[in-house]
Amino acid sequence: MADRRYTKTHEWVTVDGNQATIGITDFAQSQLGDVVFMELPSTGRKLAARETFGVIESVKAASDLYAPIAGRITAVNEKLSSKPELINSDPYGEGWILKLDLAGDLPDDLLDEAGYKKVTEASAE
Amino acid sequence: MLEAIGVSSMSDLLVDIPQSLRLGSLQLPDGLSEFETMAEVSALADRNRVFPDRLTFRGGGVYRRFIPAAVAAVTSKPEFYTAYTPYQAEASQGTLQAIFEFQTLIAELTALDVANASLYDGATAVAEAAMMAFVQTGRNEVIVSGYVHPEYVQVLRVFGEGRGIKVRKGGQPNKKTAAVIFQQPDFLGLLVDARALTAEAHDAGALAIACVDPISLAVLAPPGEYGADIAVGEGQQLGLPPSFGGPHVGFIACQRELVRKLPGRLVGTAHDAAGRRGFVLALAAREQHIRREKATSNICTNHSLCALAAAVYLTYMGPYGLRHVAEVSFKRAHALAHRLAALPGWEMAFPERQFLNEFPIRVPRAPAVLRKLGRRGILGGLDVNRWFRELKGVVTFTCTEVNDARALDELLAALES
Amino acid sequence: MTEPLSFELSRPAVDPPRLPDAEVDGPAPSDVLPHDALRAKPPGLPRLSEPEIMRHYSRMASLNYSISENFYPLGSCTMKYNPVVNEAAAALPGFADLHPYQDEETVQGALELMWRLERALCAIVGVDRVTLQPAAGAHGEWTALRMIRAYQHSKGEARSEVLVPDSAHGTNPASAALSGFQVLEVRSGGDGRISLADLESKLSPRTSALMLTNPNTLGLFEREILDIAELVHSTGAMLYYDGANLNAFMGICRPGDMGFDAVHMNLHKTFTTPHGGGGPGAGPVGVKAELVPFLPSPMVERTNGHLTLDHKRPQSIGRVRSFYGNFGMLVRAYTYILSMGGDGLSQASQDAVLSANYLRKQLEDDLEMPHDGPCMHEFVASAHGLTVHNGIRALDIAKALLDRNFYAPTVYFPLVVPEAIMVEPTETESKATLDSFATAVKDIVAEAATNPQGLHDQPKHTPVGRLDEVAAARRINAYLQGLSEDPVLRWKALPETVPEPAC
Repeated sequence: MADRRYTKTHEWVTVDGNQATIGITDFAQSQLGDVVFMELPSTGRKLAARETFGVIESVKAASDLYAPIAGRITAVNEKLSSKPELINSDPYGEGWILKLDLAGDLPDDLLDEAGYKKVTEASAE
Repeated sequence: MLEAIGVSSMSDLLVDIPQSLRLGSLQLPDGLSEFETMAEVSALADRNRVFPDRLTFRGGGVYRRFIPAAVAAVTSKPEFYTAYTPYQAEASQGTLQAIFEFQTLIAELTALDVANASLYDGATAVAEAAMMAFVQTGRNEVIVSGYVHPEYVQVLRVFGEGRGIKVRKGGQPNKKTAAVIFQQPDFLGLLVDARALTAEAHDAGALAIACVDPISLAVLAPPGEYGADIAVGEGQQLGLPPSFGGPHVGFIACQRELVRKLPGRLVGTAHDAAGRRGFVLALAAREQHIRREKATSNICTNHSLCALAAAVYLTYMGPYGLRHVAEVSFKRAHALAHRLAALPGWEMAFPERQFLNEFPIRVPRAPAVLRKLGRRGILGGLDVNRWFRELKGVVTFTCTEVNDARALDELLAALES
Repeated sequence: MTEPLSFELSRPAVDPPRLPDAEVDGPAPSDVLPHDALRAKPPGLPRLSEPEIMRHYSRMASLNYSISENFYPLGSCTMKYNPVVNEAAAALPGFADLHPYQDEETVQGALELMWRLERALCAIVGVDRVTLQPAAGAHGEWTALRMIRAYQHSKGEARSEVLVPDSAHGTNPASAALSGFQVLEVRSGGDGRISLADLESKLSPRTSALMLTNPNTLGLFEREILDIAELVHSTGAMLYYDGANLNAFMGICRPGDMGFDAVHMNLHKTFTTPHGGGGPGAGPVGVKAELVPFLPSPMVERTNGHLTLDHKRPQSIGRVRSFYGNFGMLVRAYTYILSMGGDGLSQASQDAVLSANYLRKQLEDDLEMPHDGPCMHEFVASAHGLTVHNGIRALDIAKALLDRNFYAPTVYFPLVVPEAIMVEPTETESKATLDSFATAVKDIVAEAATNPQGLHDQPKHTPVGRLDEVAAARRINAYLQGLSEDPVLRWKALPETVPEPAC
């Protein structure tokens, strides 16, 4: 998907009107391994860009989740609490994490596909 | 071996150590044979005075109890005591299963959902529980209600300082209160109104942390029954010798909602490809080796072997053996209290309060009385005035199943002489 | 081979053990206590006879690996033989039966032992005083940081950051955070040692301390330790020594001389107190003179041969646990030091370094050695090549070793080496054991090329095969979210009433 943007901390974001959807990347899920738990916020909370909003855990690793953009949470993927493995099987689809009402423009530091690929290649070294 | 490595001397292997740092030798005597070693260590042991179990009436957090021979027979098995932390589950099923059984035993005793693999002692267990409440509620004050073990409170203060948690003695919980901590029975041996304290905490949106005596739970309402959120305590009484204060074992159990905030190791069941049940370290992503500075606690090594001792002890006693021990202790302590309170000038310090097997009593010239008992080979009660200024002349006496009826007579005879 | 749980073996017909009767006239709890203070139903403890209990635990014991039976090449853990004389010493009634609140006059031998142990540890690590109170390594780290903070506060400084190398143990950052510090990571350079340039860039007036292990977790001595110390001290910060790797240089050099201000030690690593399947250990902390006033209370003091516990120490950080530490472990460690002596301890460290270098040499053609030797008491190899070429990971090697009757090395630590395999043989293993371990690793590496699938299926000869931790974690999380009633973290009683005994 061409309009998907990425962060250096391995989150992705897509935008439809003023509604943004965020998740973690395929690279991130493969590094974490089988996801067993996610700690997620409630709807209505306002997030600043770069703010920590949750935790994702596998058996051997845990990672904070950062908001790629600012906005108010309008939806949380409830399916993830009983089926965290959706993050592994479909990180860009059914494994979406949050939907946000976008506050303002997208920040400049988001990466495109090519830019993000460079990040993952560097960390695979 | 040097040759196989391809160097000519040991110093070739130590080349990275700057010359200026190299020592000639350690300023310590040379080694001894086993015979000489034991002779020297035994000489130190002999300089201590050991009071017999039956003539020990001092408690204050460490108690003489009957320890079944089965406990040491199990804990002295090298397969248990020389095993490492069970990181490789397939090679550590004995340790993992023992911890799993310990967790279940503590959960059953406290009537709470889940207990962890153990903590260092009762004091650090109280502090860790306070940290859980701080994280869970986002509030930064804990209230210590009543006579909680003074050393536990001192430890709680030091832990609290690190995280900016204020420790308040007594008072009503309010919207800043993360938890109300009480001890049942308290440091003096008296029963507190655990139900009321728990309700008060909950009314203020705070957690209730009950610090409990594990043997008392055979007869007293357990924390889970009155709705406490976290139960902690010292497990020394469950098969561990006094050993001058350690190693003993702390335990912690909590309601389901708090399990992810529990410090330390947890063991759970898992299955292999053939469907066999085994045991693994679980929820490790909470812990320091994965979460590093974001971990709920820094604890790594805990007190597994002491937890094993406690598991053997509780299994040996069973529900009715444990109740028998608690009841015998109760009866003897009440009989002793009755006789001591009849001595001239002696009176119960809190006559309106109930107790189990330890009780505070006012003793005329307490230090002299305790010294006299010592001269007669009796370890008398604990003078608690050293911690509580308002309790001048107050001594707590404890009785357990090891203080037989004749021992009580001997104590009275020594006091009356 | 598995063993049922005691709860599953429990039989309601088993009578409780024979125990003393009260023999006195006194009330029962139910006679005097209010009804709502009493337990409604007995706790669900198992009911087994003594022979059943002994067999249950004996069978469980047989499911364990232990240092008494197996080689434990666990990097960073110093799994050396635990001399049995230590156990005999700790069990002496003159130690085991002491009540912590006995009068000082009656415990002079115990206090003398603590005093002598403290003096010996001071001599070994080069500090002025040592607290014996901390119960474990992490507890010691945190205690040291509390002292450093209190000292800096006393000078009116509010330093808020602690520096930790990227190769550090997880307890370092966790202890720093629990002590109220921000944690900053310092990077390792290409030679596996701390990067002085990166350290310099992270040091500031906000820096409270640098936490360092030396040799570091790669088994390499920090050659520039004196420069590091000077750099840290020049900013007014302190240097903390994580004693996990102290076994590398007893009698060869001392952290105190390197410039460390606070030094923790693991008696359960370096000083042979047994690991007990995960404790109890002991984590004493030694400090230089300026930190002495801040040591936890009480401290043992000795005047004219008379020993006392000093509680009146106004600048002390307070108490970090009840009583005086894990005294039983202190007895074991003192016994070990006494039997080894200064000469024996120096020899032990030299032998540990020799063993590690020997084993490293034996394996250098089979595994990658990402850093140049010589190493100190341990080394870190990498299975990265096997992962790339054969799909065999460090974990597969670890599990395959279990089938060959060796415990596994530490894997995936330190994080800075991919597919890390960290090996610490210790001084108590014979050359024959080291050779047979090397043979086992070579065998596994050969199998990686010929039959990688066979390795994925190992271990086959352990009591259970590889356990599905992912499924277990998901079941636990389902329980924690109220989606299931199986707690997984405990056995759960079947809903049936247990009849009371007939007495």
